[in-house]
Amino acid sequence: MSASVKARPRVGLFVTCLVDLFRPTVGFAAISLLEKAGCDVSVPESQTCCGQPTFNSGDFSDSRDIAANVIAAFEEFDYVVAPSGSCAGMIREHYPELFEDDPAMALRAQHLAKRTYELTSFLVDVMGLEETGAAFDGKVTYHDSCSGLRELEVKAQPRKLLNKVDGLKITELPGAEICCGFGGTFCVKYPEISDKMVTQKAEEIVATGADHLLAGDLGCLLNMGGKLKRLGAPTKVRHVAEVLAGMTDGPAIGEGES
Amino acid sequence: MQSTSRTFKQNAHDALADAQLQKALSKMRPGFQQKRADVVAKLPEFEDLRDRGRDIKNHVLEHLDYYLERFEENVTRHGGKVHWCRNAEEARQTIMEICRSVDAKTVTKGKSMVAEEIGLNEYLEEHGVEPIETDLGEYIIQLRGEPPSHIIAPAIHVNKEQVVEAFREKHTDLPPNRPLEEVGDITDEARTQLRPKYFAADVGITGANFLIAETGSTVIVTNEGNGDLTQTLAKAHVVVASLEKIVPTLEDASSILRLLARSATGQEFSVYTTFSSGPRRGEDLDGPEEFHVVLLDNGRSAMLGTEYQEMLRCIRCSACMNHCPVYAAVGGHAYGWVYPGPMGAVLTPSLIGIDEAGHLPNASTFCGRCEQVCPMRIPLPKMMRHYRAKEYREGKTTPQVRTGLRLWSYFVKRPWLYRQSAKLGAALLGFLGGRKGRIATLPLASGWTSVRDMPAPEGRTFQQLYRMSGHGKAGGRR
Repeated sequence: MSASVKARPRVGLFVTCLVDLFRPTVGFAAISLLEKAGCDVSVPESQTCCGQPTFNSGDFSDSRDIAANVIAAFEEFDYVVAPSGSCAGMIREHYPELFEDDPAMALRAQHLAKRTYELTSFLVDVMGLEETGAAFDGKVTYHDSCSGLRELEVKAQPRKLLNKVDGLKITELPGAEICCGFGGTFCVKYPEISDKMVTQKAEEIVATGADHLLAGDLGCLLNMGGKLKRLGAPTKVRHVAEVLAGMTDGPAIGEGES
Repeated sequence: MQSTSRTFKQNAHDALADAQLQKALSKMRPGFQQKRADVVAKLPEFEDLRDRGRDIKNHVLEHLDYYLERFEENVTRHGGKVHWCRNAEEARQTIMEICRSVDAKTVTKGKSMVAEEIGLNEYLEEHGVEPIETDLGEYIIQLRGEPPSHIIAPAIHVNKEQVVEAFREKHTDLPPNRPLEEVGDITDEARTQLRPKYFAADVGITGANFLIAETGSTVIVTNEGNGDLTQTLAKAHVVVASLEKIVPTLEDASSILRLLARSATGQEFSVYTTFSSGPRRGEDLDGPEEFHVVLLDNGRSAMLGTEYQEMLRCIRCSACMNHCPVYAAVGGHAYGWVYPGPMGAVLTPSLIGIDEAGHLPNASTFCGRCEQVCPMRIPLPKMMRHYRAKEYREGKTTPQVRTGLRLWSYFVKRPWLYRQSAKLGAALLGFLGGRKGRIATLPLASGWTSVRDMPAPEGRTFQQLYRMSGHGKAGGRR
């Protein structure tokens, strides 16, 4: 696949609303990784959200408006890349479905869907990146966020790159493929069930003895990080892109400067 | 069966507080999941079989009337009778009439979800016929007076001590000093109780995993053999089945059978797979004198031609609930009706309506594992989303959620306004997070902060920092 990629593909970075609001570092890490892989990266200013909150709540009309905005903002690029399996999955799997009754928009949605990737999958599967040149002294464990895993088959790609990070050791998390209980609005609509799920997840993370938890989706990371902090666990939480880009000087997720 | 799906939230709360239940549920995950994974890995054509299963059922659902009529013809040809029932009441009455016609005092029953759906046991009892469940799990919950919590392991929520307690209380002839320590002791005791009941029963009622159009046969799979005794020893055999269980040919049934046990219990095949074609014939050594199929619609034909038609491919294997993290947290009773887990989250609102069961399609994280393991490739999350959309269209989404969504999309659809408010939000939350970098209580997000901290934003939005760093110019302003 990588052989057919042109010299410097133009990539539109879909920052995701959670990264924009909560964790800009992830966005900068993604840019750094994409540039290292040989891409020209742009961040369209008119992007906002991919529309998952409305789509998964059954508000298809607003979702279509939001999707149309994303399509317009990104269709000029060779690729769309998001540091999030669920947002990339939304564009790839669900945008074409949203416009089933609108052939012209459906065509545009399909064109965009085909060129949209989750970050680590894009780096490995499209750009053929073997390593990122980062160093990280620590024992990490990895949670496979559901949408990336099941909608986009993101599993081997982050591990492949992490395994080449100098000094990093991966301990596999038992039940890494089981949902952490975030689920977008689920965690606020059914907090008790979500709590049961994230508590079990947090216990399993702590039991690995890893000093860092990594994942590729900020929603899951905020959920697991928030629970680990509430439990007083020492585990630090970071987006996989931060480690791969060597941007780990700042505080981890849910931690302050002190 | 009376539904409590409306109180799903409270049911879930109670289930989460039930220490015994939580212990039982925690044992479920490693068992079912690992066994399924192992047995699937050993069958290279498993994925092809799933496609075949899906295609067979899709074909049947497009021509349901044709295959059901062929089925009836062939049942009749073998000397049996098909009773078409539109709803639960018609099915109950039909079964009761069959019981009366043979002057039945007791009936034995193999496990049947459809019998639960039509509330058969209560009805028979009210009309003077004693139903006796013969599947061990069903027998245990019948003694305890509760509905099943799982479709293939109905007593999965019950521990050994609770079984012994039920036996000691209800088996009046059980000597107090008889040991019931080992699992073997317990099954022996159940056997001792059930054996004479098979011979005494006038009618045997079973469900059906498949109905085969070309032969007029019904098929049941069990691991205990209780279904065979139920259907061969009584005077009359009544099969109660819903109409989507039909498949065209024996070969089609065989293909789907290869998916069923693997997906359900991680077995290559169930211990007993029994085909019944009509009553005892002249030369037969045993078998029932009468063979009746009670064919139930109860809302299923109304699903045809809708977004929910694909749900009718379901073969009740339970793989979805065995892999569902929400089911694993709250168990089957919380779902409040016959069918729990992800399949119930689609089937229940389809059969009893979203006013009754609206919580169920909402109580999912859309993690997608149910669809990943469904042998019939039913797009369960997609159908749950359709129910959420139906709720939204009909104005049944809760006011808080509706207001939240409206507000969110108002900003999201206006990029400039969105960026300004994101800046403010990031700054405010960053400030609230302070030096700790997290927020322990946030009134507007109490659903979140009641159980976990809110990691605080870094203080400035990505877009803000990106433009400030001079990057933004090249990206072009819009």
